[in-house]
Amino acid sequence: MAEYQSHEHDVLVIGAGGAGLRAAIEASAAGVSVGLVCKSLLGKAHTVMAEGGVAAALANVDDRDGWNVHFADTMRGGQYLSNWRMAELHAREAPDRVRELEAWGALFDRTADGRILQRNFGGHKYPRLAHVGDRTGLEMIRTLQDYGIHQGMEVYMEHAIVALLKDGDRVVGAFGYDRERGRFRVFRAKAVVLATGGIGRAFKITSNSWEYTGDGHGLAYDAGAALLDMEFVQFHPTGMVWPPSVRGILVTEGVRGEGGILTNSEGNRFMFDDIPDLYKNSTADNAEEGWVYTQGDKEARRPPELLTRDHVARCIVREIREGRGSPHNGVYLDISWISEKLSNAEEHIKRKLPSMYHQFKQLADIDITKEAMEVGPTTHYVMGGVLVDADTQMSTVPGLFAAGECAAGLHGANRLGGNSLSDLLVFGQRAGKYAAEYASENGSGAIDDGQVEAAVSETLAPFDREQSSENPFEIQYELQERMQELVGIVRNEGDMQRALEVIEDLGKRAGKVSVAGNREYNPGWHTALDLKFLLIVSEAVARAALERKESRGAHFREDHEDKDEAFGSVNITQHKGADGEMVINRVPVQPLREDLAAIIEENR
Amino acid sequence: MATANFRIWRGDGESGGFEDYSTEIDEGMVVLDAVHQIQAESAPDLAVRWNCKAGKCGSCSAEVNGNPRLMCMTRMSDLPEDESITIEPMKAFPTIRDLVTDVSWNYEAKMKVKPFKPRKPDDADGTWRMDQDDIERVQEFRKCIECFLCQDVCHVLREHDLHEEFIGPRLMVHNAALEMHPLDTEDRLGDLKEDQGIGYCNITKCCTHVCPEEITITDNAIIPLKERVVGEYYDPLSRLLRIFKSKDSNEPA
Repeated sequence: MAEYQSHEHDVLVIGAGGAGLRAAIEASAAGVSVGLVCKSLLGKAHTVMAEGGVAAALANVDDRDGWNVHFADTMRGGQYLSNWRMAELHAREAPDRVRELEAWGALFDRTADGRILQRNFGGHKYPRLAHVGDRTGLEMIRTLQDYGIHQGMEVYMEHAIVALLKDGDRVVGAFGYDRERGRFRVFRAKAVVLATGGIGRAFKITSNSWEYTGDGHGLAYDAGAALLDMEFVQFHPTGMVWPPSVRGILVTEGVRGEGGILTNSEGNRFMFDDIPDLYKNSTADNAEEGWVYTQGDKEARRPPELLTRDHVARCIVREIREGRGSPHNGVYLDISWISEKLSNAEEHIKRKLPSMYHQFKQLADIDITKEAMEVGPTTHYVMGGVLVDADTQMSTVPGLFAAGECAAGLHGANRLGGNSLSDLLVFGQRAGKYAAEYASENGSGAIDDGQVEAAVSETLAPFDREQSSENPFEIQYELQERMQELVGIVRNEGDMQRALEVIEDLGKRAGKVSVAGNREYNPGWHTALDLKFLLIVSEAVARAALERKESRGAHFREDHEDKDEAFGSVNITQHKGADGEMVINRVPVQPLREDLAAIIEENR
Repeated sequence: MATANFRIWRGDGESGGFEDYSTEIDEGMVVLDAVHQIQAESAPDLAVRWNCKAGKCGSCSAEVNGNPRLMCMTRMSDLPEDESITIEPMKAFPTIRDLVTDVSWNYEAKMKVKPFKPRKPDDADGTWRMDQDDIERVQEFRKCIECFLCQDVCHVLREHDLHEEFIGPRLMVHNAALEMHPLDTEDRLGDLKEDQGIGYCNITKCCTHVCPEEITITDNAIIPLKERVVGEYYDPLSRLLRIFKSKDSNEPA
């Protein structure tokens, strides 16, 4: 039997970004013992990268806003595939969750009368995003971290989880290792919360860090939980495209919120050319109206650059494909033009978008106050994830909860910008609360040695194999390359069938990977272990995308370019079958509660 | 495209030394890209800590040609072409392996700083009013990404190893962000003077020079904190007031 250290908690939270920290804080407040596992150092999780803001109908800037409008905007953005109960809870509770951050020390930018300032963002009818310049995520994670460390939770930094442990049907713990030394850990817990974020590392061009390997998705799937909406992967319209080494790094939607415009190589503002019917009434039809909207004119309609991300990304792809792209296969995003409108434009841009200014200056030698940026779509977010109960965030497996990006339901076919930071606060809090409740009502489970033994041998396998020619980095690169090419922004049947063959083949090769060196902070070994979850999520995305034979939200098929009503009323779920195969189901969307249906009608 | 040569420190806490590597450099590459390329090509167990690769998370701190830097924000084109580039781990912290150091001390030291304690809300709905002008100096401190380069370069920690006596520039900035927060009511001056060793800083400004977020650590955070400590503990009137204050019960916010 391999050596391992045991730890016991009432609630184990896996992942320490916004959702995990918020869950851990809530569970601690309920008086149970909490362990918080993070793959990186505390405070480095991907939430730190969030730029634009957190959506909450505080109505500080426009008093016409309210939870009902936020709810309607979220449902419209998700093309009515969202779980309406989650969308309701999210819209109702986000304002309290944001105000609570202020009580914990967060310093959001202010309105003239001293309240939290809110900015415009794509798909939100009114200025709704509380923000701190363009580093809102840093402010949020640091606030949660600095508050959380004094709440009595145990933090396990630089630990990775490779398997969930079960007692019968119920999840009662997790097995993992510390990245620094490679020592094994068994965590016993009465309830486990997954808050591991997304899957961006399954694609080549992504705004996501190395951590985003679909761990929570894969762990849940392996433990028997159902996944939902995996075909919906958000490609953010504006990532950096040049130089090559920064390709994919995010350029915040806040640039467009502050008046930035998209143009092609002919100088044409192409977003005016194609405005979807759902948004015709609420979109400006001339440049001047769009500009005054970004400057707070309440009578104006928003510029087409602030249409939903799925649509903007596809328009950019169209421009590039039809030969009107920029030199490095992007389009132009220009904020410098506002010097025509504002005498202090340079200072204004640096104050509103400091980290964008910094990022382009340092990494691309571009001064965004003087010239346009080159941008193109980048894999940013997965709407799909663990299927959870809307109120409690418990998955289909007892004792297993999920919150934030690794859970699904709120965003449907497409997420609105700003709704992710509010998602992780609202549902992080709920997951923590209900996991603590579950832990109080249920005793400890038993973990048999066999499960631990199996996890140990799987984890050590890359060392035990004879040295082979299979290199874990190469397999990861190839997967990213092929997923980008075959299951990216524009999809079709043939490509995705080929993707499934590639994934199967890469799975076989992953089974032969060997690594050199020892268990101390060994990136080759870590990459080899990450492959398992990356392959599961890649297969889930490809199979769900094959199943949905229509185009909707972030999912676009060139062989089925239109929406199909039949698919408008179903979500796709996936779970592991008895023989280990991936089982797909179409699940009818729950009919809307009457009062919520009325809200949607009022806000059409 | 050109080939660049590197000397990268390999080893653990016990022993180690520099090893030579070379790799092809493309336009726009940063040092972290080169390290990753070396990892994939010839040194799969080369340990390096990183996350966002965009200067926002503060994970990839190291010493490049002797300068404390974020590897993700150090462009290859800004380094001399004709000589080997030296990369080594931060020296103020114990090495775990290769370029990865044990920075856990920073997290433990942070626990010593009393947390935020707001005054009662201004409005019935539990919210506060604050002017943008009043929060801007604190927002500067809150830009900190906890890369710990300021800790690395601080001679009190780096050369004199006074980790027990002095919490370092990063945590001085953390203190300043709390002390100057318009809503905060906590008093941290006693701790700064006694347990956190603010007197050890002799304002050489090395921390300010290496900060990738360009926080004016010494002038805006440490010096004002020093002034407050002096005002509180060495001004006769303040000393008297402090004696009275300590007799009052500590009213909760």
